[in-house]
Amino acid sequence: MRKNLITAFLMTIVTTVLLGVIYPLLVTGLARVIFREKADGQLLQANHQIVGSRIIGQPFVGPGYFHSRPSAAGNGYDAANSGGLNLGPTNKKLIDRVAADVATDQADNPNELVPVDLVTTSASGLDPHISPAAADFQVKRIGRVRGVGEEQLRTLIARHTEARQWGFLGEPRVNVLELNLDLDKKSSGK
Amino acid sequence: MTTNGWFQIIVFLLVIFALTKPLGVYMARVFNREKTFLDLLARPLERLVYRLTAVDEAHEMRWTEYAFAMLLFSAVSMILLYVIQRTQQFLPWNPQRFTAVGSDLAFNTAASFTTNTNWQNYSGETTMSYFTQMVGLAYHNFASAAVGIALAIAFIRGIARREKETIGNFWVDMTRTTLWILLPMCIVYSLVLVSQGVVQNLKPYDTVKLVEPQQVQRFGADGKPVLGQDGKPVMDTVTDQTIAQGPVASQEAIKMLGTNGGGFFNANSAHPFENPTPLSNFLQIVSIFLIPAGLTYTLGRMTGSQRHGWAVWGAMAVLFFAGIMTAYWAEARGNPLLHGVDQRAGVRQPGGNMEGKEVRFGIADSTLFATVTTDASCGAINSWHDSYTPLGGMVTLANIMLSEVVFGGVGAGLYGILIYVVLAVFIAGLMVGRTPEYLGKKIEAYDVKMAMLVGLVFPLVILALSAISSVKDFGTSSISNPGPHGLTQILYAFTSMAGNNGSAFGGLNGNTVWYNIAGAMTMLVGRFFMIIPMLAIAGNLARKKYVPASLGTFPVTTPLFSGLLVGVIVIIGALTFFPAVSLGPVLEHLLMQAGKTF
Repeated sequence: MRKNLITAFLMTIVTTVLLGVIYPLLVTGLARVIFREKADGQLLQANHQIVGSRIIGQPFVGPGYFHSRPSAAGNGYDAANSGGLNLGPTNKKLIDRVAADVATDQADNPNELVPVDLVTTSASGLDPHISPAAADFQVKRIGRVRGVGEEQLRTLIARHTEARQWGFLGEPRVNVLELNLDLDKKSSGK
Repeated sequence: MTTNGWFQIIVFLLVIFALTKPLGVYMARVFNREKTFLDLLARPLERLVYRLTAVDEAHEMRWTEYAFAMLLFSAVSMILLYVIQRTQQFLPWNPQRFTAVGSDLAFNTAASFTTNTNWQNYSGETTMSYFTQMVGLAYHNFASAAVGIALAIAFIRGIARREKETIGNFWVDMTRTTLWILLPMCIVYSLVLVSQGVVQNLKPYDTVKLVEPQQVQRFGADGKPVLGQDGKPVMDTVTDQTIAQGPVASQEAIKMLGTNGGGFFNANSAHPFENPTPLSNFLQIVSIFLIPAGLTYTLGRMTGSQRHGWAVWGAMAVLFFAGIMTAYWAEARGNPLLHGVDQRAGVRQPGGNMEGKEVRFGIADSTLFATVTTDASCGAINSWHDSYTPLGGMVTLANIMLSEVVFGGVGAGLYGILIYVVLAVFIAGLMVGRTPEYLGKKIEAYDVKMAMLVGLVFPLVILALSAISSVKDFGTSSISNPGPHGLTQILYAFTSMAGNNGSAFGGLNGNTVWYNIAGAMTMLVGRFFMIIPMLAIAGNLARKKYVPASLGTFPVTTPLFSGLLVGVIVIIGALTFFPAVSLGPVLEHLLMQAGKTF
């Protein structure tokens, strides 16, 4: 009994040092050497400042940008406060919010059904992607506001569309931040 | 539902099938102390650990000593986690200068991580320092997983041994689990995750300039919008985005492999830094089932009945398929209450019920993750179960209610299903009117009583505490989705904690004194009241004589046995929980079809 109690204490200390300190520091060191950019969060530079992470979404609501999905992280896309809204499927708040967003979105595309991901919040609140359909849906508005041809915008979307990984994993998707950065390069004005 | 979606699900099950044998053989070798390719590195380390901790590796324990050692270790390491959280402001690796965690929350979290539940009433990136995450929380991911596997091995020895008083040495089993299985796998796995974009660093949070600065409403301390003199809401301009960082990959690896499930970030495996690509997602789902599936083979090998191991595997696979089919179907149909929205799956969009889901995962990968994480006692999430359609959400709830024996938690899944096996064999014995036998051991009154104790404590805790919470203000005030969904939120919370799962219908505000304390108790009861009767059975079986199989023995190696096992699991679960479930998700589904909102 006493022997097991002593071992319990010693085992906690020894395994804490091994698994809680040595292991994560070893992985940190190896990751830093082998995949430095990935380990640091894939930060993007533009105009000599860091403008975001390639895989963390940002809010875009202006008419001249491709909009990202609604976000429930903090004030929206707060990457120090991730999370979702957790509204249930029969919650009136969810139904009303989606209806309001649909009404806004349909102003530019009358009578067209809105792709579902564009009016629903993501799980992380930081979803960097929208579906290709959601990007297509916004072409008309952006073309009008920026005075850019729709064909040019579709080419841009195609360039930033990621296919399924290994041909079958996940879903096709468009990286909104990279798409909008590229859009700003092609045409100024919002 | 899409062909590609089904293809991913089939590939997933095939990968698990293919890995079951190699891993199962390896684990059996580790615990039988046979030669393995890692001996060169692990054996000297093992000897060092025993020298530092005063362990006599030749010593064999009776089940009572085994249980006692396990409880002592859990208690001591739980206290350490509590202390770390309460003193994190004085400890290193705290670049965000987080203050001490409150006492009831720290108690809840300590109980949660010690019991392999990883229920989280806190948000990682706003509460826990890097030190607490690494040394406190990630450490417990290892420790609780090692304890679980050690217990499963002890149970297997109980079945396999004949006329012996002992079932192994707890310290040796958990040390070998750590050094031969968990640690080497995690080092490789965490680096693979980094290659996909999971972050691993100790730097302070980054601040970046938003491409499009945002206007946001200012809110007062009372949570209401602040109004200017003209009566319009005051707007602030946000120009920066702060991006949380941390040693995520090293924690992510053991979080999945050890079926722990506690996210580094609040959004768990939905966060792009925890689960950036469809491949990282696939690997995470595989790593939930990996060790539990392997253990079924270890069971067969160590008890000398390989076909029994596969019969158990088969029963698990059947239940897995029933779950994923229902969940995938329900979510792919979408939400009938949304209008003007295109929810059909196509080549350019995932469609379906995308509320609370990520685009890169779509419906198939989200529902596969949700099914697997609740089949096992993992509890990590890549989409919010709270926002699932009623039937999709019901699958996740029902999976936990069936005691998470579909592959299940590491170790916990195996000893959980062995309890059901004892009951199945007992029922088969009653039907043919003979004393039931299991792999050459007579199953007698004591064993069945202990199995029933496990079977009764679990629903008792869930139903009693859910009932109290759904009639008292301190319970109902945490509900965020009114109507039948609110009952489901409460029911899910206690089911998840009693089952040591840790996933949540996340809208429920769990960070209250009631949910913190009642929840911590639920988790401790759900873990240790399951383990002790289970070890008692193991100790009792080890003492018994071997009875050779005769004509009257019900074989446990056939599809008929798998079918009976599935039947016992489903019937016990259904009889216990159907009334509660019918008032929650079933009622909500019917009302949703009728167009009702709350």
